[in-house]
Amino acid sequence: MNEELKNIWRAFFNWVMGNGPRPENEVIPPEPPPDLPFTQKPHDKYTRFHEATLKERYNQWLEIHGLHIFAILYTGLSVLTCIVIVSLLLATVAELPPFGHERNPANNEVIRRYVEHGGHETGAQNIVAGLILDYRAFDTFGESAVLFTAAVSVLMLLGASRRNKTDTHSLPSSNAMDAYSIHAPPMRHHTFRKDDVILRAVASLSIPVILMMGCVVVINGHLSPGGGFSGGAILSTALILCANAYGFERVHEFFNERTFIVSSSTALMIYALSKGYSFFTGANHIHSVIPKGTIGNILSGGLILPLNICVGLIVAGTLYGFYALFSEGDM
Amino acid sequence: MLEKLLLNHYEAAAVILSGIGLTNLLLQRNLIKKIIGLNIMDTAVYLFLAAKGYVEGRAAPILIENGSGGWLTSSALYVNPVPAGLVLTGIVVSVSVTAFALALTLKLYESYGTLNIDEALLKMTEEQEQLEAVIEEADEEVLS
Repeated sequence: MNEELKNIWRAFFNWVMGNGPRPENEVIPPEPPPDLPFTQKPHDKYTRFHEATLKERYNQWLEIHGLHIFAILYTGLSVLTCIVIVSLLLATVAELPPFGHERNPANNEVIRRYVEHGGHETGAQNIVAGLILDYRAFDTFGESAVLFTAAVSVLMLLGASRRNKTDTHSLPSSNAMDAYSIHAPPMRHHTFRKDDVILRAVASLSIPVILMMGCVVVINGHLSPGGGFSGGAILSTALILCANAYGFERVHEFFNERTFIVSSSTALMIYALSKGYSFFTGANHIHSVIPKGTIGNILSGGLILPLNICVGLIVAGTLYGFYALFSEGDM
Repeated sequence: MLEKLLLNHYEAAAVILSGIGLTNLLLQRNLIKKIIGLNIMDTAVYLFLAAKGYVEGRAAPILIENGSGGWLTSSALYVNPVPAGLVLTGIVVSVSVTAFALALTLKLYESYGTLNIDEALLKMTEEQEQLEAVIEEADEEVLS
C-alpha cells in the first residue's frame, strides 16, 4: 500500500515537473538550430518591424479616434443614466397620492397645529412668516448666514483680484512669473453712457416707487405675502437701477463694501441675539418681555417685524453686491 | 400608469425637469451652461415642493377675518404652509451656490480665456509642463 502510494506520488511529481512519460502520439519538435548572430536573424527582425508599425498605427488610431469614441461612450452612458433615473422617479411619482387632495399624508397634524395655533402663538397673520421667523427662526438665521457667507466669498474672489492686479503691475515681474501667466487675462469691458437721458428720467421716477414698494413688502411681511427675502430683493433692484442710471460711483457714495459688511453683520448679530433670547425664554418657560400684539396690526407678531427688517437688509446688500461684483469687480 | 402620471402632472413635470437639468449638467462642456443645468434642477425641486403643498379649493395660509373681529383658524381653509418655508430655504441656498460657482467660473475665464472645461484642462496641463521646465532650468543653473 505504502509502495503504491509512493509510486503514484513519484509519477505525479514527475508529471508536474515535466519529466513524466510522454503520450505516444506526441510529436517531438526538432531541435532548434544553433543561435545565429543578431544581424543574421531576418525572420525576427521582420516581426519586430511589423510589431513597431502595428503599435504606431494603433497609437495614431487612438490619437485620432480615441477621444471621439470616449465622447460617444460618455454621451451614451450619461443619457442612459438620466433616462434610468427619470423613469425610476416617474414610476415613483405614479404611486404618489393624488395631487391636491386634502387627505394626503403631507397634510397631517403638524399642519393642523401650525394653522390652528400659529396665529394665536406667534401673533402673525401670515402663517408662513410665523412659521419661518418664529417656529423655525434658526433655519432662517442659517439662510441669512449662508447668503452673507456667499456674498463675502464672492467679494473675496472677485474684489481682491482687482486690488492684487494693481499691486502686481507695480512690482517687477520675475522670469518664472512670466512663464506662468502665458495666457493674458481677458479684461471685462464696460462702457457706461454717462448721459442716458431716458434711463435717468425713468430711474428718477421709479427708484422712489421701488424703494417704497420694497419697504412695504418688508414691513408687512407678517400681514401679507412677502417678507424679508422678497422685500430685500425688491430693494436691491432699486440699487441696481440707480447704479445703471447714474453709475456705480453714485451708489458707492452711500453703499460700499464697508457699509455692506457693517450693516449685514449688525443685522445678523441683532437677529441672533434677539431670537436667542426669545428661544431661551420660551424653552425655559420664563416670561418674555417681547409683546405679541394683536393679530392684524402692523406692530404685532413679536420679533417677526424686526427680524424681517434684518433679513431684508442682508438680502438687499447681498444681491446688489453680487451685481456690482460681477459687472464691475468692486463694490 | 399614464393615468396616474396625469393625475400627478405637476410632480411628473418636476421629475422630467430635474432629468433635463441632470443631463445638462453631465453633457454640457460649457461651465455657464452647467450652472444653468444646476438651476433647472433646483427649480424642479421647488415645483415639486409647491405641488405637494397644494390642497384643492383652499386659500393661501394668511388668516382671514371672520367678520366679527376674530380670525378663521380652521385648518380646513388653508393650504400647507410648510413647503413655502422649505422652498424659501432652497431658493436662498441655490442663489448662494450659483453666485459662488459663477465667481469661480469668472476667475477661470480670466486666467485661461475659455469657458470650455476641456480646453481649460488642456491649458492647465500645458502650463504645468512649462512651469516644470522653468523649474528644471533654474535647478540646473543653481547646480552649475
